[in-house]
Amino acid sequence: MMNCQQATRLMSEAQERPLSLKEQAELKVHTLICSGCRRFGEQMHLLRRFTKASRPQDKDDSNQ
Amino acid sequence: MNDSRPFTDNGQLNELRQQMLSFARLQLSDEQQAEDVVQEALAGALKNAAAFNRAASLKTWMFAILKNKIADALRGRYRQPQMTDIDDCKDCSLADDQLFNERGHWHKDDRPQRWDAPEQLVHDEHFWRVFDRCLDALPAEQARVFMMREFIELDSQEICAALELTTSNLHVLLYRARLRLRECLEDHWFGAGENT
Repeated sequence: MMNCQQATRLMSEAQERPLSLKEQAELKVHTLICSGCRRFGEQMHLLRRFTKASRPQDKDDSNQ
Repeated sequence: MNDSRPFTDNGQLNELRQQMLSFARLQLSDEQQAEDVVQEALAGALKNAAAFNRAASLKTWMFAILKNKIADALRGRYRQPQMTDIDDCKDCSLADDQLFNERGHWHKDDRPQRWDAPEQLVHDEHFWRVFDRCLDALPAEQARVFMMREFIELDSQEICAALELTTSNLHVLLYRARLRLRECLEDHWFGAGENT
């Protein structure tokens, strides 16, 4: 069965390519029983939205 | 701050230019090209200054223009000699991942927790400061491809072509960037609230 490392890897890849039906099914089964990975999946979408809305800072900002 | 005429404040404009330059340098790894895209973005912005009238979003607006210029520059590189600094991809192995145990399951302390009220964060300056610090903490290769993908919004194929990376190397770099960024945000923002 899929472990958390494999599941999170697939959730990251899902942002890059469509997952196969087999991958989707295995991921579904894993996230049903793993709340950590379920949250990870939700947070991947948030990361994407945050980054899109962000404005890169100058490194020197922290010195002021 | 002079709200109605942001382009008359040279100090502010100069500071913004520096921020744009350091971002462009990171993305392009080419001093001359970075200077060029920033000049183009600034010139384009000044030309269309009439379309803009709120100092609060000057930076957002400028970076939106810069983003497009960088994307164009990167796309233009496909058939040109490539940068070599990322080819070896020292960071493409999963071997040293410390978030998971030997069976590939989350270490107890690293298991993702619930993030409260993420919707409201967009307007929170403190959050963005933490977010930027987390981005800065990423290894350079990861930060670069992550920003190309998620900020400049090139797709996987475009990034692979621009950097001569294999798809699987790119996917690993992105995965690692996301793992670390998520962990950092949880440690310094979402989980930190309990202690303050």
